Amino acid sequence: MSFVDGNDLAGPMREVFAVDITVARARCGSCGRTGAVAEARVYDRAPGLVARCPGCEEVLLRVVRGPDRVWLDLRGVTVLEIPLPAAEA
Amino acid sequence: MARAAVLGRLTWRVATVTAVRPETATTRTLVLDVPDWPGHEAGQHVDVRLTAEDGYTTQRSYSIASAADSSTVELTVQRVVDGEVSSYLVDVAEPGDRFELRGPIGGYFVWRPSVKPVLLVAGGSGIVPLMSMIRTRKAHPPGLGPFKLIYSVRSPADIIYADEIRHTRAPDDGYERNYVFTRETPPGWPDPPGRLDAAKLARAAPWLPRNEPEYFVCGPTGFVEAAADLLVAAGHAPERIKTERFGPTGG
Repeated sequence: MSFVDGNDLAGPMREVFAVDITVARARCGSCGRTGAVAEARVYDRAPGLVARCPGCEEVLLRVVRGPDRVWLDLRGVTVLEIPLPAAEA
Repeated sequence: MARAAVLGRLTWRVATVTAVRPETATTRTLVLDVPDWPGHEAGQHVDVRLTAEDGYTTQRSYSIASAADSSTVELTVQRVVDGEVSSYLVDVAEPGDRFELRGPIGGYFVWRPSVKPVLLVAGGSGIVPLMSMIRTRKAHPPGLGPFKLIYSVRSPADIIYADEIRHTRAPDDGYERNYVFTRETPPGWPDPPGRLDAAKLARAAPWLPRNEPEYFVCGPTGFVEAAADLLVAAGHAPERIKTERFGPTGG
């Protein structure tokens, strides 16, 4: 099965999140590997997108877009580390 | 760490084709006017959405080819077999045509001007976001880190932006290019046709890993996997190798 990568998630996830989730670091709930979401293997020949860990191939997340809603399954992500502007003192 | 940013809402805008430019037999550049385009960084992409008369919609992602912060958006699109969107963009769209577009998207595969050396590795139409980086560097005041480009194509006729790559002169401005021909070489080319390998990589990019270059690798999935593996095997730090895979087909 062919795959692309997490860069492909940037548009669909920006519909949900106010930040670019592809630069966030995700920890895989299966093997513990931590890396940028952009590095995930993304399988897109389906009604939705399935992102798998490049280390162990377990599912990190799935996203399915319907006409008026989105289903987001984050089953394989235990931590998301998201860069944000420094908080003001 | 990637740039921290809280972004505005991602909305579909209507892009108008202002010019088209053939690049190769299978690729074409579309120059677009996008009202209120917020500007982009080198390496980002857009989503294009087409809607048929019966309401059927389909969308694909395309890398931006134009330099960062330019006022127009240029996409270079390669026709893929049975590609619903690419066949329209390459064969049908004309100046004056309009379609929906959203972006810029993606903050990972992005080059920001710096003094660090950069190695760009392109397979086929993977050159497009890397060309945005080359153009951005060219438009920037001097003093940035050197760029090296390794561009793998099937044959000389498949080189996108051939004239522009040739005329972005080396080595005085710190930019060099090398080609890898996988099926057919130009006359007199020193190597037989063949894929990128460790020897070609070492010859094209003799920097030692301790120079801490940044790497951007873009192309079909198999090419990107192979090129990234070669870089890691040559001692380059995996965390500095940024990759973008567009799959065996684009659509």
